[in-house]
Amino acid sequence: MAENSPTTVLSSLNQGLHQSLQDDPNVILLGEDILDPYGGSFKVTRGLSSKFPERVLTTPISEAGITGIAGGLALRGFHPVVEIMFGDFTTLIVDQVINHITKFDAMYHGQTSAPVVIRTPMGGRRGYGPTHSQTLEKLFLGVPGLRVLAPFHLQGDDPIGSPGKLLYDAVIQGSSPTLFVENKLQYPLKLLSGDDIKEYSITDRGALTQSGLPFYELHLKGAPAADITLASYGYMAKLALDALHQLAYQHEIFCELLVPTQLAPFELAPLLSSARRTGKLITIEEGTLSLGWGAEVLARASENLGAELKSARRIAAKETVVPAAPQLEAEVLPGVEDIIQQVREMV
Amino acid sequence: MNRNAELFQKMLTIRSFETLLLEKFSTGIFTGTTHTSLGQEANAVGVLSHIQENDVVVSNHRCHGHFLAYGGDPLALYAELMGKPDGVCGGVGGSQHLHWRNFYSSGLQGGTVAMAAGMAMAEKRKGDKAIVIDFMGDGTLGEGIVYESLNMISLWQLPILIVLENNHIAQTTPAELAIAGDISQRFEAFGIPAARIDSSDILEISPLAEALIGRVRNESRPQALIIDTARLGTHSKGDDTRPGEVVEALWQERDPLTIHGSRLSEGVRSSITIKIEAYIQAAFTRALGKED
Repeated sequence: MAENSPTTVLSSLNQGLHQSLQDDPNVILLGEDILDPYGGSFKVTRGLSSKFPERVLTTPISEAGITGIAGGLALRGFHPVVEIMFGDFTTLIVDQVINHITKFDAMYHGQTSAPVVIRTPMGGRRGYGPTHSQTLEKLFLGVPGLRVLAPFHLQGDDPIGSPGKLLYDAVIQGSSPTLFVENKLQYPLKLLSGDDIKEYSITDRGALTQSGLPFYELHLKGAPAADITLASYGYMAKLALDALHQLAYQHEIFCELLVPTQLAPFELAPLLSSARRTGKLITIEEGTLSLGWGAEVLARASENLGAELKSARRIAAKETVVPAAPQLEAEVLPGVEDIIQQVREMV
Repeated sequence: MNRNAELFQKMLTIRSFETLLLEKFSTGIFTGTTHTSLGQEANAVGVLSHIQENDVVVSNHRCHGHFLAYGGDPLALYAELMGKPDGVCGGVGGSQHLHWRNFYSSGLQGGTVAMAAGMAMAEKRKGDKAIVIDFMGDGTLGEGIVYESLNMISLWQLPILIVLENNHIAQTTPAELAIAGDISQRFEAFGIPAARIDSSDILEISPLAEALIGRVRNESRPQALIIDTARLGTHSKGDDTRPGEVVEALWQERDPLTIHGSRLSEGVRSSITIKIEAYIQAAFTRALGKED
């Protein structure tokens, strides 16, 4: 397996899909432009149609239709995976997700369920402009019956790597409808392992949650007790980690970074435990501010920690479109400097 | 019992169920809403008399007739409508959201067509010759996902019979204010053959449905069946804006129970009626007696 070990988030996800098709004959992939040689807009599905031509289907530009079809496949025993080419297009599948796929389990009184996995890349910083750069998962957080997952670029012990493993398990276990949120800039990230992370203490606190899915706690080895808790996920967690490093070395401010891989349902025990220690919490996300992931995290932190939470902030995108021009885009989306500035103001 | 009497009995089961339901609704035993199948009994029975055990049935908000014709238990349906644990879905689903064996209904419209397409894809891949029957209404033609679904149903030659019950009215909106062009052409444009019949006579609907179901099964490909029919009841409980005389004329001309009942002797008709009304009354009473 060693020569096949993935080195990036992209190859890890690709290998997770590959392995799931290999291990489970009920896995079917549906998506636009996912056939070889193209292999999908972001190449996550590259090689899969050549190996599994009967179960990797390219589809018309019909996001709602293919998501609905996946729901029907799942109700009748299959484990479908849908690729929505850009996260922006998930607005087209809302009815299928909210009114159909996530309803069956409870609505039919537990007699059946539709464990569809929907994968999609969110995020900007590629200059794609207002309709191909958004981070929209907040629209799906809190939908009853829907699990929202986001990988983190760590190399686990497993041969397919942690992002791929998270995806593989979601597909194979077929336990509940899942929105799997990827990020365009996350794809090329090198999976952190060995020397990359030797400076850090990394602990998986997932055991504190019901799902048991990875929930990472990161801080610099040998650093003093953290002044502040940073909470982030996906690609923003990479920027938060960069900020954490700079804050320590340039400003002697020490942070602890908490990174869930399950965004919804909200299971925040590891995060709350850190915020209880530091008394300060900043959430960092790439979506727009209002009613976002951070809003719910802070509400829950406030409910659970009361006066122990001394101060809290949210870092998020400005509430406007994501412009195409790089310099304009950078003004709208939160970056490392924004995180550093907010932390310095707060400490 | 001969075939004619049997069909009459099946349709009367639906008619009696719905009639008693509406009668009791005002007493407060039932809550929420309901959409009855009054007038469309011949469609449910005419089509579903020909399905096989592994076939899948997808229905919509107006699903009681389909559920009962599929073989669903009137007692469990009454219990569901009463919100009781012994209901089809434990009282969670209510009138519009039923699942039992291979029967699935939902209060949503166009989305169920995509879901049904996925189910047909599943059955095709299993290779066991099972097919999907998907009931939709004329009102559903307004939603875009229907056309995404029809395209893929045809593209992938999915084994599905789409039964479009055109009762010419969507809630209160007459079809002529909502549907442009010809309904059959909407299917044919995607390469899905569409048979159309304007009838409330089960002896016309049933053999046509039987032939189409056989074709879908044997050739593993899609087919549409458009039944021009009549909604004799209100949309849900009391919202009918059609003039009384229009509805009265439909009862005179399009009642499937009258049309088919006339083929039976008065003696046979009345003995079936007594039996079925007692059966439905008993189902209601027993459902009422179930624990909340």
